[in-house]
Amino acid sequence: MFRHKSFSILMSIVMLVVLALSGCSSSGNESASGEEGTVIKFMHLWPEGSSKAQYTIVNNIIKQYEKEHPDVKIQTEILGNEQYKDKIKVLSASNELPDVGVTWAAGYLKPFVEGNMLAPLDDKIESDFKDQFVAGTTEAYAVDGKTYGLPLELNITPVYYNKEIFEKYNLEIPETYDQFLDVVKTLVDKGVTPITLGNKDRWTGSMWYMYLADRIGGPEALANAINRSGSFEDPTLLKAAEEVKKLVDMGAFVKGFNGLSNDEAKGYFMNEQAAMYLMATWELPNYTTSPDVTDEFKEKVGYFKFPTYEGGKGDINSFVGGPGVGLFVSENSKVKEESKDFVSYLVKEWGKHSVTDAGVIPATVVDTSNTELDQMYIDILNDLSNASNLTLYADVQMSSSVAQVHLDMIQSLFGGQAAPKEFVKKQEEALAEEE
Amino acid sequence: MKTVMSNKFAICLYVLPALLLILVLIYIPIVLTGYYGLMDWDGIGAMKFIGLDNYVQLIKDKMFWTSTYHSVLLAVFSAISLIFYLIISVILASRIKGANLLRKIYLIPMLLSSVAIAQLWLKIFDPTNGMLNKLLELFGVENTPIWLADPNLVLVAIFVPIIWQYAGFYIIIYYAALKNVPEEVIEAAKIDGATPWQIAYRIKLPLISGVIKVTIVLAIVGSLKYFDLIYVMTGGGPNGSSEVIASYMYKEAFKTYNFGYGSAIGFALLILCLVMTWIIQKLTASREDIQY
Repeated sequence: MFRHKSFSILMSIVMLVVLALSGCSSSGNESASGEEGTVIKFMHLWPEGSSKAQYTIVNNIIKQYEKEHPDVKIQTEILGNEQYKDKIKVLSASNELPDVGVTWAAGYLKPFVEGNMLAPLDDKIESDFKDQFVAGTTEAYAVDGKTYGLPLELNITPVYYNKEIFEKYNLEIPETYDQFLDVVKTLVDKGVTPITLGNKDRWTGSMWYMYLADRIGGPEALANAINRSGSFEDPTLLKAAEEVKKLVDMGAFVKGFNGLSNDEAKGYFMNEQAAMYLMATWELPNYTTSPDVTDEFKEKVGYFKFPTYEGGKGDINSFVGGPGVGLFVSENSKVKEESKDFVSYLVKEWGKHSVTDAGVIPATVVDTSNTELDQMYIDILNDLSNASNLTLYADVQMSSSVAQVHLDMIQSLFGGQAAPKEFVKKQEEALAEEE
Repeated sequence: MKTVMSNKFAICLYVLPALLLILVLIYIPIVLTGYYGLMDWDGIGAMKFIGLDNYVQLIKDKMFWTSTYHSVLLAVFSAISLIFYLIISVILASRIKGANLLRKIYLIPMLLSSVAIAQLWLKIFDPTNGMLNKLLELFGVENTPIWLADPNLVLVAIFVPIIWQYAGFYIIIYYAALKNVPEEVIEAAKIDGATPWQIAYRIKLPLISGVIKVTIVLAIVGSLKYFDLIYVMTGGGPNGSSEVIASYMYKEAFKTYNFGYGSAIGFALLILCLVMTWIIQKLTASREDIQY
């Protein structure tokens, strides 16, 4: 009898605690429009400690916005990158996304859209941003013809090189792929590491492959393979894989690249142990404004566009790159219109400050004439405005499971465990399976 | 005390907080993991019940078996290395000179966080600038290995820091256990003319057999679910040649957004650990704890 009773007491306490716990989590988001006007909840990923420049820009914009809209309060929650990703995931599972938050493009965005959690922002793009975004940036946030995010960042990937090493061996900036191979060959013969590559992270190698695919088959080849109007077993995509293998066999890449992370590989370039480094423009501060890098080294760094391939369809002004993070508005937000308004305000203001204050290239067109910028930034921004095409990183274009296959195959191709034929076949299979 | 212990309600009350914590933080998630394993779920959208499909796929999944093989291999190596730890502890406990200092040196790796150890060994294994390859070059080795980037070497390379990391932990456990062996027993053995080898093998070892059993379970189960150094140092690569069950589970659940399948892998790992623990206990249970 007694045992029975104590058990039921125990169970009721368990129930109580469980109820109390679940109560805690949902009580947080009810103050959408209280007495003091509208509250917009905004979650972003630039903590003051690690991303001070971005934090300051966003903070100033918020203050300015609140001043102009006295009835609106912006409530921010700030987390580091990885924690942010985790938290967004948990919040979305319980349908409690903040009114405004940060998202990544394409593959990352898709499940949220399919779960009906994000609001389309096309009306804002129409009304507030006519021709303001660099071509190809908002498209990365579109699913089935509707755009669910406004991009903040934009990156393209030039090949950075060490001018001093090039001078020492009488090397010219290559414009064609054959010239590029000559450069590589000379450096290999002289015992200098031509290219540093951190292929443990795999997306790094993917950029090399993407450029070769673009230069050989044109931007459509890879795009069509991914959107299924073409095939990954296209001869040009196979050719690109063969070229990668050739580069590896020549010894173009740093020793042990498949075991190096991007940061470790970057070290080789920063320590002048490697002549070239293909990386996105988020590296620019290291070669221009960063106080942690010596001026001596900064002056040695230049960049060139990925060379053209003889007989290939791609031209030299086509870039691999794409928008970084963008902003979304939650579909279930109680202050949806106000949030949309805030997002569009933030993106606009951000575009005015991000290059000069944080070295981040915004997705909106930048007026370079009256800003004081490092020459390298101006060059890149000019290249960007002349860009004929912007190809979004392959692993972002693909769904997450196909992206894993792609990334794994990149590592196998570079490591020599997969032949070019197998490389394209495996990816074709993975893509076909998803159809 | 007696009155408290006889009141069943009071017992329940005192046990409750810990029980609740374990329930909420461990048992409920375990049950949930098993439940998610039956679902097709990307972690965000709606779940779809697909029965045992995930588990069927698991059995056919080559990568899962490869990573299981790597995990088991790590468990075997960890178990074997226990023998060396035991030998070291016996030597340390037999009052050699400097034992105190040595004991502290062995313990240092345990004080470092896994991520720090990973960074340390990444520097050692760096193919061009790393300590190890520089050393090899000093001895005239040409074509120094690329360690973590070589699919055939990466497992060996990564087992070394893992085993190194836990050496101090097991040595301390054995050392403490050996120090607990009553002095009189050993004195008596000495008087009877036992050699140091006999004392170690016939007297000390049986006396600490309980501790040895615990460490075997710890080493094997710990290795099976090992994650951190592998995640930081190789991420399971290159091409899955250092993938273990836990890192594969992480990849499926959080990189591929295949939460259902990831949960199934997690559940399989749990079962594997339970089975291994059970087997070890069966194998070692035959002898009762010896006491003098």
